[in-house]
Amino acid sequence: MLQLIMRRIGMMILIMLVVALLLFMINEGDPRLIARSVLGPYAQDDQLQLWIEQNGYDRSMFIRYFEWIGRVLTGDLGNSIIYKRPVSEIFWDRLGNTGILAGVTFVIMVIVALVLGVLAGMKEGSPQDRVISVLSIATTSVPEYASAVILAGIFVFWLGWLPGTSSMTSGFNVVELILPVMVLTLYGFGYIARMTRASMAEVMTTPYIRTAVLKGLPYKHIIMRHALRNALIAPFTVIMLQINWLLSGVVVTEFAFGYKGFGALLLEAALRRDIFVIEACGIAAVFVAVFTQTIGDLGYTYLNPRIRFK
Amino acid sequence: MTDTTNNAPIAKPDSMLVSALKSIALLRESPVGTTGGLIVLMFVVLAVFAPVLAPFDPNAPLLPFAFPGSEAPDGGIFLFGTDHLGRDILSRIIWGGQRVLFYATLATVSAYIVGILMGLAAGYFRGYLDEIISFFANVILSFPIMVLYVLIIANLGASGANIIFAVVFASSPGIMRIVRGVTMDIATRDYIAAAQTRGEGAWYIMLVEILPNARGPLIVDFCLRMGYTTITIGALGFLGLGLPPPDPDWGGMITQTRSFVTGGFPYMAIFPACAVSLLVLGFNLLADGLREVSLRD
Repeated sequence: MLQLIMRRIGMMILIMLVVALLLFMINEGDPRLIARSVLGPYAQDDQLQLWIEQNGYDRSMFIRYFEWIGRVLTGDLGNSIIYKRPVSEIFWDRLGNTGILAGVTFVIMVIVALVLGVLAGMKEGSPQDRVISVLSIATTSVPEYASAVILAGIFVFWLGWLPGTSSMTSGFNVVELILPVMVLTLYGFGYIARMTRASMAEVMTTPYIRTAVLKGLPYKHIIMRHALRNALIAPFTVIMLQINWLLSGVVVTEFAFGYKGFGALLLEAALRRDIFVIEACGIAAVFVAVFTQTIGDLGYTYLNPRIRFK
Repeated sequence: MTDTTNNAPIAKPDSMLVSALKSIALLRESPVGTTGGLIVLMFVVLAVFAPVLAPFDPNAPLLPFAFPGSEAPDGGIFLFGTDHLGRDILSRIIWGGQRVLFYATLATVSAYIVGILMGLAAGYFRGYLDEIISFFANVILSFPIMVLYVLIIANLGASGANIIFAVVFASSPGIMRIVRGVTMDIATRDYIAAAQTRGEGAWYIMLVEILPNARGPLIVDFCLRMGYTTITIGALGFLGLGLPPPDPDWGGMITQTRSFVTGGFPYMAIFPACAVSLLVLGFNLLADGLREVSLRD
């Protein structure tokens, strides 16, 4: 197990380094482009050249890459070109906002998905299974940007219950979080629910559940004490992988509702070539994705006794 | 060597096209899959006959802010209303569907060609080649997909060709993984050993012997991926990174009119939102039906 953990962590670091190199090459491969985005479109050629030499960008890309890695690891993310401030001053706030949105969504989504998945898989082929299965395919077909306008039409325009934007201009407001969370949950829960259903349905056909039924144990007891334990192992990995998808959805949803999170920051930075912000956001996104993937793999190995005791 | 004991003709394996048609025929047995197939078919028909079926010119400013069902200046009816610039929404959805389906199909097929070639090579040759391909697939797959799209399109610029490139870049690793897994499994079968003994070339074996036998999971995955690509093209349009205006695409339509949703004209953005969702639902149901049918036999 320890060896497996070390190998997975090593792989994670290697992937992060390669991703960082790719991001660095795209954004800082050509020093003239950096000088251009820092100094603006009207800078003269000799000014660009001077800036490149003064800031050490005339050196080899690989030396600059390792220097940059060192700076990032010590928390120095460079200066934002749009905001004229250190990236770290903006970045951590934005990441925190996204953390709140994604965290709330994640908890609600997982609870809804597991409950529905277990209810459907408990009685395969029953009307309750059919309804839940169709529902989870249907909601997974509505992308975030579509449900954002549909739900805004319903809850903001027709019913007038919720605010249409979530920019949190007058301090943090839970009400403004409701629509984005709904949008993300609606699109995301279906996949987990379907995986849970499949896993639950499989467990329900195993001999040990039949034994429990034939022993005359109460149905509730069989589900809660015997079936769930094994049925929830497989969805665990799916749930951890879902965080990667959640981050994708966050970019679209934050844009749709004007929520000041890291996805909106990345989009703005990418459109206006704010290179140091792009790098910070890109690395953070991939780190979260790779980290949760690793946890998912290791957790699956740990939770599954057939693998753990081999 | 002549074999006298067994003269029964060996059934010729179906070509990929024939077997695809056969699975479509089998689909009748799955109501879910049939529904999905009909939805997709409806959008294909709308896309192909867009010039005939669209009631108005999709880019012509006719009558701004006309509600669904109101009368057009030339006596026709705006079934879905018009947008803030007075363009007929139904016509824009029909033409937009053509554009979305065209790019989604082209992008997904291109991603499949790249993914299949890499997956076959990795799964058949194994060794270093496999390690390298798999590592880079892992690197690409570790990006949250929308982050990757934003980075690529913002760097290359928004155009149809760049969207296709981005889709190929982002989805071929996933396809490669599936093909690689199936290839490794099939490569151990006897008929592959037979082909190797006959002296067939590696690519002949991969493309003629292995690929047709890997089609089952690939057809299901293709339908799902068509759905994802449709979502992606819409999302890029929504974020302002999509196909260039003024020709309609669904994501762009939503983003141009979404500020009117709370201002009294929700239908402008909701109709294209429903169009995307319905088409994706079609692909998802079709994939589900095909999976069900393929598991049955």
